[in-house]
Amino acid sequence: MNLLLASAIAVLIGSGAYLVLRARLFTVLLGLMLIGYGVNLFLLAMGRVRVLVPPIIRDAGGPYADPLPQALVLTAIVIGFGMTAFLLALAVRSRAVFGSDHVDGLADAPP
Amino acid sequence: MIATAFSAELLSRLAPTSGHDAFARDLLVLPMLLPLAAACLSVLSSSLLWRRTLMLGATVLLVAVSGWLLLMADLGHVLVYRLGNWPVPVAIVLSLDRLSALLLLLTAVVATGSAWAALRGDDQHGPHFHAAFLLLIAGVNGAFLAGDLFNLFVSFELLLIASYGLLVFGATPTRVRSGVHYVVLNLVGSSIFLVGIGMLYSVTGTLNLAELAQRVALLDAPSAAFARSGALLLFVVFALKAALVPFSFWLPAAYSAASPPVAALFAILTKVGVYAIVRMHTFVVGTDAGHSADLYGDWLWPMALLTVGFGALAAVGTRSVRRLQSALLVMSVGTMLASMAIGSEAGLAAGLFYLVHSTIAAAAMFLIAALSEQRDTPRRWTGLLFFAGAVAVAGLPPLSGFLGKVLILQALPVDGRLPVMWTVVLGSSLLAVIALSRRGAALFWGAVEAPETPTLPRISEPRSARRAPLSRVPPTALLLVLVVLTVGAGTLSNYTHRTAQQLLAPGHIRSQILNTPGGR
Repeated sequence: MNLLLASAIAVLIGSGAYLVLRARLFTVLLGLMLIGYGVNLFLLAMGRVRVLVPPIIRDAGGPYADPLPQALVLTAIVIGFGMTAFLLALAVRSRAVFGSDHVDGLADAPP
Repeated sequence: MIATAFSAELLSRLAPTSGHDAFARDLLVLPMLLPLAAACLSVLSSSLLWRRTLMLGATVLLVAVSGWLLLMADLGHVLVYRLGNWPVPVAIVLSLDRLSALLLLLTAVVATGSAWAALRGDDQHGPHFHAAFLLLIAGVNGAFLAGDLFNLFVSFELLLIASYGLLVFGATPTRVRSGVHYVVLNLVGSSIFLVGIGMLYSVTGTLNLAELAQRVALLDAPSAAFARSGALLLFVVFALKAALVPFSFWLPAAYSAASPPVAALFAILTKVGVYAIVRMHTFVVGTDAGHSADLYGDWLWPMALLTVGFGALAAVGTRSVRRLQSALLVMSVGTMLASMAIGSEAGLAAGLFYLVHSTIAAAAMFLIAALSEQRDTPRRWTGLLFFAGAVAVAGLPPLSGFLGKVLILQALPVDGRLPVMWTVVLGSSLLAVIALSRRGAALFWGAVEAPETPTLPRISEPRSARRAPLSRVPPTALLLVLVVLTVGAGTLSNYTHRTAQQLLAPGHIRSQILNTPGGR
């Protein structure tokens, strides 16, 4: 389980970083989204992953999952959603202004 | 004399008897709530006049509220507001000490100046300038008041998304290009922020800064190593916001592309980064943090000095006034952090003094830079303003920047750091003076070289030339604030000393936050 989670985070953030370093806004956007997902998984993992355990402390005691990271991830997802939407709008604007999808607004190289 | 008697009278009236204390605590949400509410109203309104009234009214009210909070904070108590009335380690807290209060007031003053300057027409390219402006202030104030790490993150995101909108407002090609870079960079920064928060949470199990600080100090070696990595990731994020080398290369492009009032308001954004660094440096990973003691100390000093050097060289190497001022802003951030990195009370106090001065000076200079690029306005007054602004940002006498730099140089302990700091501060001041006088000569005498370069962003011209004289008022007002700071330098310097004392006794703040009574 831990190995699976760790490799999922690594793959998401690794491919995200690769995509962000491309010179096209669309791939940069995809990369940022992947990094966002990886980070959310990481946050979840930081609260210790427990399977089939409720996120409340019952009177009888017993095992419980930490609810705080889940709340954090929820907030992070919402914020990430808004940011992605904004960047997408800005990317479309940039495409309209410069006529290309390049991050620096450079013209497309001739094929 | 009368002023002293008056303020003593005022203080005795506002003294925190239990009733007043509760009142002050409730007022603590106002710096966030007021701009948020005004922003919501401004989104709903279709009248430009009403939106402008909301923007200016909210900022002026904020000056009053922050001034009063400053008086309350100066009594030495840490004011704590528990959101949702939960008991303390559980509740999300807003806390106000002297440092937060000082920065709140500074934000309100700079925001009033920029809001006023925006009235000359920069806010007319679209309907939501005023809402974004107010949201940015709400985010900045939230960051200064945040008592826990995740609330700090949320405030950062709030001010960032507002700043994205403000930066590209008007959507000239330069603004769109630098806007894209700024947004992508800060989105990566936010991801790193979350990773850092997660790492600190995983070993301490808390996000409340006061409790976090206590638990970080008690960690055993392997867990402390993990916490140190998390705290250093946070340092990277804060350094990105504060524009410390090597994370400062985005700033000149972004700030010089923004419209003048937005650039003036952004002068406060770097201070959010500085604030977060100082807060972590003194409060969470300070000298009493066990295995993580003085974590930032090794990095802060060399990075700050490099930032001063980078800013000074960039200032000399540019031909645009706005880029010049952006470079000088980077330089001033380096100067204040170098002073704060010394670790002594005097160094911290001097850095804070210089922070107040340099932020207002930078805001004024961004507005003056835009004025001086207009060829059609009368040049004489603009020239005088440019001269006064240049004196202020370069830190020459008689304005308070000179006092700030003197305080910084006096605060140095006599050891190996003294000659380095003297060389860097004085050398960078010299380069700043050279850059400013060269630019001023080119702009107003046309003597040295052709002033404008084709890459300059298009200035948004005022709708009517009749308003042109009015646009000189806001920078003049900001410069007058600097004159007041110069005259009242003793008061401010005493306040920053008390702030530094409070910051260097973090245990006291922690216990005050954690022992806040009340709750279910």
